Formats: sequence, structure tokens, C-alpha cells
Amino acid sequence: MSAVMHRERTVSLWGKQINPRVFVGGEGPPVVFLHGAGGLLWDDFLDALARRHTVYAPEFPGTSPGEYEAIKVLDDWHDLVVYYSELIDALGVEDVALVGHSFGGMIAAEIAAANPRSIAKLVLLAPLGLWRDDTPIPPWLSMNAAELSKLFFHDQTIAQRFMLSPDAAAAQPEVLIAATWALACAGKFTWPIPDRGLRDRMHRISAPTLLVWGDEDALVPPVYAQDFKAGLTDARLAMVENAGHALIHERPAETARAVVDFLNI
Amino acid sequence: MRRFAPPSHDAPKNYTRRRVYDINVIRNYENFLNEGPDMKVSFFGVMPHRELPADFEQRYKSVWVDPPFTELADPVKVGQWYNWTLDEYVHAAKAGFDGVCVNEHHQNAYGFMPGPNLMASVLARETNHLNTAVVMLGSTLTTNYPLRIAEEYAMIDAISGGRLVAGMPPGSSMDSNQAYGVPPIETRDRSAEAHDLILRAWQAKKPFAFNGKYTKLPKVNIWPRPIQPKPPVWIPGAGSASTWEYVARNQHCYCFVSFFGRKMAQNVLDGYWAFNDKFGLDRNPYRAGFNQVCVVGETDAACERDNAKHIEYFYRRTLHVPEHYWALPGYQDYPSLEKSVRSGVVAKMTEKLAQFKTYKYKDFVNDEMIIAGGPETVRDRLIDLSKRLRVGNLMLEMQLGSMPPELTKQNIDIFTRKVLPHLRGVWGDEWENHWWPERCRAVPAAKSRERADA
Repeated sequence: MSAVMHRERTVSLWGKQINPRVFVGGEGPPVVFLHGAGGLLWDDFLDALARRHTVYAPEFPGTSPGEYEAIKVLDDWHDLVVYYSELIDALGVEDVALVGHSFGGMIAAEIAAANPRSIAKLVLLAPLGLWRDDTPIPPWLSMNAAELSKLFFHDQTIAQRFMLSPDAAAAQPEVLIAATWALACAGKFTWPIPDRGLRDRMHRISAPTLLVWGDEDALVPPVYAQDFKAGLTDARLAMVENAGHALIHERPAETARAVVDFLNI
Repeated sequence: MRRFAPPSHDAPKNYTRRRVYDINVIRNYENFLNEGPDMKVSFFGVMPHRELPADFEQRYKSVWVDPPFTELADPVKVGQWYNWTLDEYVHAAKAGFDGVCVNEHHQNAYGFMPGPNLMASVLARETNHLNTAVVMLGSTLTTNYPLRIAEEYAMIDAISGGRLVAGMPPGSSMDSNQAYGVPPIETRDRSAEAHDLILRAWQAKKPFAFNGKYTKLPKVNIWPRPIQPKPPVWIPGAGSASTWEYVARNQHCYCFVSFFGRKMAQNVLDGYWAFNDKFGLDRNPYRAGFNQVCVVGETDAACERDNAKHIEYFYRRTLHVPEHYWALPGYQDYPSLEKSVRSGVVAKMTEKLAQFKTYKYKDFVNDEMIIAGGPETVRDRLIDLSKRLRVGNLMLEMQLGSMPPELTKQNIDIFTRKVLPHLRGVWGDEWENHWWPERCRAVPAAKSRERADA
């Protein structure tokens, strides 16, 4: 699926207790991409970013091969935010643009709030992190593959390329194990309610911010985009039509275009 | 060897004249101890919804977590069911069961004793004239404040005069993760920490500070303390090696609580014993417990006639749970996840759960999921199961789903009269059951034979 060559590198962090893989590809000003709860997949969206940027895509702690215990050493949300500061330092990038999708967006926003001067630009793709009682975010960790498919994708024919059918899962146990464990690791910081207080801290984010939302997002409905926009000091919103929560997989070209345009203003 | 047993399980004729809490018996139980085999059998009921509608599975996604109480239950009837459940337990204790076993579940119509300690405190009091263990299987470690479990278990041991079995389950994924919001990946860690705190709180001579990840306390100094210097601890598990290690390290009893019967349990128990061999522990069968669905009639045919519809109700309705609910991602640790996916256990479980929808009573019997029939059948199957799994502590789920109290009591009576005496000697006199309250250990062999002949 991927056209741009990317390489893997491993960084050693947190007193060598967490050693994530980082996928690196492309050329140009640096972008750090934080993936969502389902794990890292380098596909058309990251390809498109990598045509204009050097993309660094680290795997979430616990989700790299042989690293399943790594999730245990981050006790709480504070640990996680400090860990990501350490990771960005270790990548050796300056004036970095931080791009996060879904759970990755929730982390990216938090990093930008904790260290406002270290992030040049911020892109939040259908981020988690806020909560509205009138629009509760469905508890995805308690759902099966069929339910998740409908929750993440607007177009179910596209979903089939990304979601594991029961037959495919039986044929590729390692894929099912990895996907389950990725959800488990993200669940440490998102279950039962994906809100760790960002609303109280988001005013600190000083980086110009782009919000990108699928207009058919069933997990984090677009009403949340308005809450983010209202709470950020410098934010603009781009909507992607006919896209669900997995907009980077469902509409990779449109989503990437919005991101690249914003980063190169 | 001095072994056991004060007043017999049968309520003595003059028991109403005995003091309910007899300090002389409790302090001097050694004087009553006799020789004898020590197989222990507990009555297990879960306090189910007994009148779910016939189209329940079609109308509702799940019996657990999701079904609305206000649509499905009447609080006055529910009060009746709690009282029936308590009656059934007391009846089982009086009839001669060694233990009464309660557990904790939330937000469901399968069995809703969210506060097992409340049930147990009633049972502790009601059985004070008997020698029945109060088996907590128990307060779930992730859904309660750990210190509260330490205190309430100590209260149960106090009220019962030292008859507590302190089960320490993590809680099902539905309960811990969905009903109580514990991140699945923390379930084990939280349980382990709570377990450590509870045991230390019981044993510490002086107040101590506890700096856990999930509980931090400046001065732990609980009142009361258990009467038993070291209450037996049972840990339920579902076959993960990390639990086996934990059980072995702490010298606890490992319990496999399942509705699937011996066939699905064999791998788990074989794995447990192989692990213990490697760990250097003996093969004392009382290191293991097993939960079995079991009903008894005067004959095989009578058993089927009376119990078939309740068995089918139990599996079809009260176990109507979407398969992925049993373990949200992270509830199993990584090695267990890997093992269960690669070994095909997940696929097998899925297949079993699907069978519930169409299986009839006979299918459950033939598939060894349930043990049911006349006394001889049930006796033979239970002895076979105990030996093959090597378990010395049996829990029998004998009140199932829609079963009314009269039938439950009939099952109990036939079982305790005609089956239980034959189970006593399964493990001979070779092993001591260190995982049973000391004052309740063993039954005199002579008495057992006497009852078998009766």
C-alpha cells in the first residue's frame, strides 16, 4: 500500500524500559505523527505527508514487537505526557509539527499544552480528549469487530480493507493479537472515559492548530470540533466529506492535503 | 494425626438450645478434631433473575452490563429472590454441605449479589450452630476498596467463629471493566496489590504505612482481625500462567470457575499441576477448586424431568453474553492473550457459547458441561471429574436460573443424602486440606459410611 520508502529505527527511553519502533520516511521539515488506539499503520496518508516532510511515526508504548511489558512502566497520564516529551527530545527534531489522530490527537494536544514552546504547529485529526454529557463517546473497547467497523468508518467497503474479519483473524493470529494489545495499551489511558482533563489545560496551547474532522465521525462526532475550536487560542477547522473517524484511512488524500496545506502556509 | 471436626453437619436435634456463638467450641475446636478424609463440597448459588421473558435473548443484547433493570425486574420480587437464595443456602448448610459459597457480580440478571459480604454475614450468623465454611469467592478485588474487604472478611470470620474461606477474585471483565470502569490492563495489577494489602492488614502487629500504586494509606490498623490466624485464600483463575505462579508463590488454592464442565477444564488444571510440579510444590489435591453445574434426582429420568427447563434457561438466558464481553482487550495479560488466540481456545469458547442457544438438557449432559442424573450417575461423574482434574474442593452450582426453591432444596437433599457421603473418600487420608478453615476440616470416616448406608 505504501509508495514512499520508510525505515524503522528503535529509540531507547525511560531508563531503557521503553524501546519503541519509530517509522521514519520522506524529506523536508519534521513532522511527528502519533497514531490512534488501533496501532500504527503506514499507509497512503503518511505517504502523502512524507512527500513534503520527514515523518517520524513512533509506536505507542507496549505496541512494538517484543515490547508488550513496556506499557506497565507508565503509571498514569502524567507519566505518559513526560514520556512523550522525552521521545520528542530523543528524535532530535527542532521546530516540530505534531500531528495526532484520535487517541494520538489527545496525546498531541496534551504535549502541546504541557510544553507550548516546543511545538511549532499542531494538527489534531478527530482527536479524543474532551467530553460532552450530551454526546457521550461510545465505549469502543467493549465492542466487537463489526461494531467497531461501523463506529470508525463511514464507508464499509473501505472498512473491509482495514478491519480484521473473523476468518482473516484465524489465518493471521499475530495480527489479531497485535490489534487487541494495541487497544489494551491505549485503554490504559482512555477507559472508561477518554477525558484526562484536557479542557482545563488546552488554553496553554500556543501553537497554531489545525483541526480536521470527518463529517460522518460516529466516535467523536463533529460537535466536538466546535469545543476544540472554542477552547484553543489559534485554531482552524477543516472538514472532510464522507469520512468517518478513521478519516486518514478513509480519505487519505483529502486529509493529507488539508494537513500539508496548513503546515506549509 | 489430629484432624478435625466439632459438631457434625447435621443440625443436632438440640441445636436450638445451643448458644448460637459458642466460645467454648470456637476456642477449643482442637478437642473435637477427628481423623477422616477431607474432600470439601460447597453449595454455590448466584442469585439469578428467575423469570426472564422467553424472548429475552432476542430482545436484549446481553444479560450482563446492558439490560435495564426497570424493564425487566420488579424490586419486590427481587427482594423475594434474595430471601429464597438465603433460604437455599441455609438449607444446604443444614443438609450437610461443607460450605456455602457466594460471589460478586454487578449489573446483570445472571446473578446479582453485588454485595456478597452482605449475604455472607447473614449466612455466617444463620449457620453458627453448624460447621459450615463460609466460602467467599468472593469480594472482587478491583471493585472494592481493598481495606474494606480486609475489614468485612474479618467481620465475617468473627461472626462465623472462624469459618471464613477468603476468596480473592479479580472480578469478571464485565464487572471490573464495564460495570466499575477499571482499565482492563490494570485488572491484574490492582488485584495483586489489593491482595498484598489485605493479607498484610490482617497480620500486621502494628500500624503500617502502605504506599501502593492504587492505594496509599498512612496508618493501616484494621479492626477487627480474623479469628483464624491465616484464613485460607482461594484465587479464581482461567488458565493464565501468571495466576498459577502467583498462587504457587503465595501457597493459595487455585479455583477454576466455569460452566463448561470437565472437558474445557482439563487443559487448565493439567497446566496448573504441571506448573506446580516445576515450581516444586506437592500434588495435594486441595490446592485446587472447581465449580460444576450439578443437579440430582431420584433417577436419571426424574432429574431430567424436573431440571431440564431450568438448565436450558440458565445457559440460554442467564449466560446470554456477547463473547467479546468475557475479556475486553487487556483483561488477559499478553502471554495469556497470545496463548488463547494461537491455541484456538477463543474459537472453542465461541463455539461453546453458540451451542448454548440450541443445546438441550441431554446435550449438556453428553458434552459433560453439566453433571446431572440419579444419585449413582452423579456420584460416578463427580468422582471421575475430581480425580481427572485432581481437585479437592468442589463447588456445585445447584440452583440454576429459573429453578424454584422447592426444586433447589430437593436437589440439595438428594445430593447430601445419597451422593455426598461417597465423595468424602476420593482423596483418602493422605492429604490435609490446608485451604479450609481449620475448625471445619474433615468429616469422620465412620459417619460418612453410616450416612452412605442410610
